[in-house]
Amino acid sequence: MEIELAKVDEVVDKYKGDEGMLIQILQDVQGEFRWLPKEALERVCKKLSIPISRAYRIATFYTAFSLEPRGRHLVNVCLGTACHVRGGSRILEKLEQSLDITAGHTTPDQKYSLERVNCLGCCALGPVITVDEEAHGRLVVKDIDAILDGYE
Amino acid sequence: MAQLKSLADFEKLRDEITGKRDPNKPCITICAGSGCIASGSPKVADAFIEELKNQGLQDKIDLRQTGCHGFCEKGTLVVIHPEHICYIQVQPEDIPEIITETITNGNVIERLLYVDPETGEKIAHEQDIPFYKYQDRLIFGNNSKTDPKNIDDYIALSGYSALAKTLFKMNTEEVLLEIKKSGLRGRGGGGFPTGRKWEEAARISSDIKYVIVNADEGDPGAYMDRSVLEGNPHSVLEGLIIGAYAVGAHEGFIYVRAEYPLAVENVGIAIKQAEDYGLLGKDILGSGFDFTITVHRGAGAFISGESSALMSAIEGQVGEPRPKHIHTVVKGVFDRPSVLNNVETWANVPIIIDKGADLYASVGTEGSTGTKIFSLVGKVNNTGLVEVPMGTSIRDIVFKIGGGIPGGKKFKAVQTGGPSGGCIPEALIDSPVDFDELTKLGAMMGSGGMIVLDEDTCMVDMARYFIDFLKDESCGKCTPCREGITQMLGILNDLCEGRGEEGDLELIEAIAEVTRAASLCALGQTAPNPVLTTIQYFRDEYEAHIRERRCPAGVCKALFSYYIDPEKCKACMICLRNCPVDAIIGEKGQIHVIDQAKCTKCGTCFDMCPDRFGAVTKVSGTVPTALPLEERVIQKGK
Ligand SMILES: Cc1cc2nc3c(=O)[nH]c(=O)nc-3n(C[C@H](O)[C@H](O)[C@H](O)COP(=O)(O)O)c2cc1C
Ligand code: SF4
Ligand code: FES
Repeated sequence: MEIELAKVDEVVDKYKGDEGMLIQILQDVQGEFRWLPKEALERVCKKLSIPISRAYRIATFYTAFSLEPRGRHLVNVCLGTACHVRGGSRILEKLEQSLDITAGHTTPDQKYSLERVNCLGCCALGPVITVDEEAHGRLVVKDIDAILDGYE
Repeated sequence: MAQLKSLADFEKLRDEITGKRDPNKPCITICAGSGCIASGSPKVADAFIEELKNQGLQDKIDLRQTGCHGFCEKGTLVVIHPEHICYIQVQPEDIPEIITETITNGNVIERLLYVDPETGEKIAHEQDIPFYKYQDRLIFGNNSKTDPKNIDDYIALSGYSALAKTLFKMNTEEVLLEIKKSGLRGRGGGGFPTGRKWEEAARISSDIKYVIVNADEGDPGAYMDRSVLEGNPHSVLEGLIIGAYAVGAHEGFIYVRAEYPLAVENVGIAIKQAEDYGLLGKDILGSGFDFTITVHRGAGAFISGESSALMSAIEGQVGEPRPKHIHTVVKGVFDRPSVLNNVETWANVPIIIDKGADLYASVGTEGSTGTKIFSLVGKVNNTGLVEVPMGTSIRDIVFKIGGGIPGGKKFKAVQTGGPSGGCIPEALIDSPVDFDELTKLGAMMGSGGMIVLDEDTCMVDMARYFIDFLKDESCGKCTPCREGITQMLGILNDLCEGRGEEGDLELIEAIAEVTRAASLCALGQTAPNPVLTTIQYFRDEYEAHIRERRCPAGVCKALFSYYIDPEKCKACMICLRNCPVDAIIGEKGQIHVIDQAKCTKCGTCFDMCPDRFGAVTKVSGTVPTALPLEERVIQKGK
């Protein structure tokens, strides 16, 4: 896959090549590409003069990072305690069924990626999902299809 | 904006800001916290801007998009000052009427008011709504009065006055003494006395020291740190600068979780504005004290909120705990003395300096002073953020403020302390909530999550939920934590799926003992709490799962089936049409039957069946055989 390495350079330069900012750098790189392509990680590590294993260690430790391409929209389903007691897992089941993928995966048409998360900080409105940065709360199973239809 | 170079400059600026503000000028405040944003508050704000322009009122009326008001359940919230008229669930369509009727004609719009579910009474003023009336909003109060993106709003409410007092009227010893005397304890979970921590750091001589805000807020179900940071970031900055002065630090970090983009944004703006005024940076207010702040974003790992793990993350390492043979106060970030406190802890600091320790300590209980913000969520009518004096009873929080349990259901327990905490049963509902009382009950204050559970919650499932959470979040470096949690989860899964055996509970208790005693960090040490408290208080429910293969609350899917009672079914087709897997057989006039082989137990039919029929039920054990087709006809007049 061809990626624009100039964007990676820009991010690393913004942090003045400070390896202490590695987690922030990876976040910004992911912000550019929606995932962390191998070429991008190699470039980051080369510029910071650190072994690639360090970037992989971080990328696999934190849930926010993805080493696989993500769809155009990221759906995060909250399974935090407040959402759990109000039926969050049923919302997840419905999404898995409607999108025909399991959590952690992307639809074949690259439209949606589905992830489970532990709390989106809108607990009073549970169960909650976010699509990209937009939150949808007080959900019931039958709201889901209309929400999915609302994105291009 | 001119930099402030002295105390006199600061006081002059404050007088200018307050002088320009007329307390009687009408002001519309719109909640722009994350909860209300999800409920559509940006559109409401746009509609107000537009309508004020249309009616030529933009100069006569102030409009302010504020931090979270806390009553997130009822968003979008709009409050009209100076009368404090509170409108709930406001939609963009309501705006022209609000401007014409309330702002211009001075009438209250009845249909937008909060209705007390008990008395049916409509309540016009914010302070009379029970949800607000019984709170004591020391920390959270300014959220709803200020625009977090405007430092002047904070200064107008005497913001940064405590900092000015600290820098010009107090030496470091006096600040330390004041914090110690206040009795402030850490709001992030452990409840460690803040003054003692600061003093230890202050006593070490080191040219570099750090102060850090823990805004990782990993406790699932808790969001008060988010709302404080988003809604009143300057209160946290002010506390942090005061702390830095007291311990002799010149650099600070704010570690925010990535899931909180608005908090990151608002903190960034706040830092910039404070720097522009000279309240941050070199030679603050001409006092000679230098201090800068860097924001770090977390990337989604609960364990990174643990103190030593967070410090590793700030260094750019993986956020895993380290052994703390030497406290992080002595050797933390880059092996330098580091003082880490929670968001809410820092936000308490300016208030203590401002009010004085004695007045501050007069609120709360002897061992736990001040107030605490709780995230009151789950099966409760008024969900939202609630700030009460320490020592308030669970009953008052859940029933007086929370308005009780929805749908006429029975209260069962509250869960406090998140994955490190426990469940407190109904019998102990009058217990006061403070650090020591909750620990005595086997639960924990934690960061302030308070999840209300009703009779439809299965306590075995709750325990399994937390252990499952911890299995994912344990960093895995020590065996008792990694393996202990995995083994406990295996047993709990067996119980929930109908494979429980006699002796399982004793086995869990034995594993719990080792996990607690031999884990490196508090994640492992406290991991057994959710299991042990539920076994302690709800043993009969565990036994029903083991001995009768029954889930009394009807939650554990393997242990019950949905069944349509042919006596009650009116063949209305509602469940049939909504079943996502077409598992319901029937037609108009023909009693519906669930095809158990197809049913995924999603519960849609149970939710959809109209209350007046109540035909869909949960049954344990074997499902009664369906009536033969010819008997499924609904007879006329039935
Ligand atoms: C697994 C784990 C997660 C934690 N997460 C947080 C957190 O998200 N926020 C927080 O303030 N403290 C958290 N803590 C507590 C911190 O380790 C630390 O005690 C606290 O930030 C100290 O600040 P305080 O004294 O003001 O409470 C966590 C602790 C553990 C063991
Ligand atoms: S107790 Fe658990 S989370 Fe803590 S360091 Fe050990 S393995 Fe990691
Ligand atoms: S528990 Fe779902 S948003 Fe917090």
